[in-house]
Amino acid sequence: MLSYILKRLLLTLPTLSLVSLAVFLLIRLIPGDPALVLLGEGADAAALAGVRADLGLDHPLPVQFVSWLQHALRGDLGRSIVSGEPVAGLILQRFGLTAAVVLVAVTAATVIAASAGLIAAWRRNSAIDLAVVGAATVVLAIPSFWLGMVLLLLFGLKLGWLPFVGYIPFSESAMQAMLFLVMPVMTLTITESGVLTRMMRSSSIDVLQLDYVTHARAKGLSERVVLTRHVFPNAFAPTLTLVGLTLGHLLGGIAVIETVFTLPGLGRLMVDSVLARDYPVVQGCLLFTAVVYVVVNLLVDLCYPLFDPRVTAR
Amino acid sequence: MMDRLGHVGLNALVGIPLVGALLATIGIGLFWMPYDPIAIDLTHPLGSPGLRHWFGTDEFGRDVLSRSMLGARISVLVALATVAVAITVGTALGLLAGYLRGWTDRLLMMITDAVLAFPGILLALALIAVLGSSDGSIVLALSTAYTPSVVRVVRATVLSIREREFIEASRTAGDSPLETIARHILPNVLPPVVVLATSLFGWAMLSESALSFLGVKVPPPAPTWGNMLSESRPYMDVASWLSIVPGLCIAGTLLGVNLLGDALRDWLDPWRET
Repeated sequence: MLSYILKRLLLTLPTLSLVSLAVFLLIRLIPGDPALVLLGEGADAAALAGVRADLGLDHPLPVQFVSWLQHALRGDLGRSIVSGEPVAGLILQRFGLTAAVVLVAVTAATVIAASAGLIAAWRRNSAIDLAVVGAATVVLAIPSFWLGMVLLLLFGLKLGWLPFVGYIPFSESAMQAMLFLVMPVMTLTITESGVLTRMMRSSSIDVLQLDYVTHARAKGLSERVVLTRHVFPNAFAPTLTLVGLTLGHLLGGIAVIETVFTLPGLGRLMVDSVLARDYPVVQGCLLFTAVVYVVVNLLVDLCYPLFDPRVTAR
Repeated sequence: MMDRLGHVGLNALVGIPLVGALLATIGIGLFWMPYDPIAIDLTHPLGSPGLRHWFGTDEFGRDVLSRSMLGARISVLVALATVAVAITVGTALGLLAGYLRGWTDRLLMMITDAVLAFPGILLALALIAVLGSSDGSIVLALSTAYTPSVVRVVRATVLSIREREFIEASRTAGDSPLETIARHILPNVLPPVVVLATSLFGWAMLSESALSFLGVKVPPPAPTWGNMLSESRPYMDVASWLSIVPGLCIAGTLLGVNLLGDALRDWLDPWRET
């Protein structure tokens, strides 16, 4: 077990190094003086000289990369061109909201997908199966931001049940904040459950055909016990991996949802900084999301043996 | 067996008409559109759907049906170009990694891992921020985000067949590596690549509309479905058709392409289940 954990930890190192190298080089792809790119057009000479010295622009690229990486590891991702605030602070300030929406939505989507997929596989080719597969397929084809707009139109404008533009922070009113988050969470849950349901159904179908399931049934165990104790754990492992993969990508996908519902989250920060050419923030967000992705998938892989003990044996 | 045929049949039965309708729309749009899609008519802004304008008009009085028809062409072209680039580059790199193994393989895998660690949309956004916003940079940015998955699929397939007898035979017969790859490995790699290409097409279309929606778009006034959706937001309460029509276009196309991809997979690879 320990060697599995260590091996998995080591595997993240090359990925993380390449990720940071790519983020570092992104700014160098822009023609012109990197200090000017980082500070924006209106920067004064003293500030420019300061950044040049900080980045060591007169040193060769590898040296610059190392010094940039040292800053990044200490949590110093530079300052925003637009607001002058430290990038790391901006990211942390916005990340809470995004993380809350993504976590709640992914948990809900996983619960829906695990049960719907298992039942559809169990009653394969029945009307229930057809309905589940049909719904999952349709959901896969619906762009999340369009679904969000339709929900806004329906619940916000036509029915007037939910507040639809803006956001009130949790610190001011938890009740209000939750009302504002109902529709974003709903949108994300619906769109994410499609692919997860299909995954759960197909792995459950595979597992249901294995000998040990037949054996469990032959022992006279009830279908309920067979499904929950014997089929579910094994069938859920691939779905869990997919949850990890989507969780990372959701940090990107949520940008469109935050735009629809005007939520001040991390995705919106990234989009706004791209549109404003606020490169230090773009760099910081990219690095942050990639690291979150690597860490989440590391955790998922470390959870894997809990569901499928054969994993550690490899 | 009947079961499986039934499943393929249902996917194809819904998928083929949807994709057919899309192709027909694009085809008709090449020769005829009800109105000029970029002609502004300020006397009829935000007209509701009716006999004159079937899908209504937008805030500049432009005909929504004509714009959707032109949008179909642009959205499909951008998605096709993205898939073409990602599949070509990805297949070449995947063949190299799988056939050569060793350091080439290890290095390529590290790079694909790193690219996959960035959420696709954010990576594309950042690249477009650097490259500037145009059709070309959208295609380049999206294909950069998708190439790694192609590399992975191709490499896995190559690894599964490279030790088989017919490859060995080709090598022993004195074929050069290039000949072996082209004649014996590539044909086996194509089925999974074709299936992957259909899902990539769907993703590319979805991402292009998401990017346009976020404000990084194919330059206006050329409409894409994503552009139309993002421009419709301020008028959602008074002109809901502006949001509903392009959304239905995207959803219908994606549904058709996905179903066709499922049917294709069941047909090419009947032993793997959905």
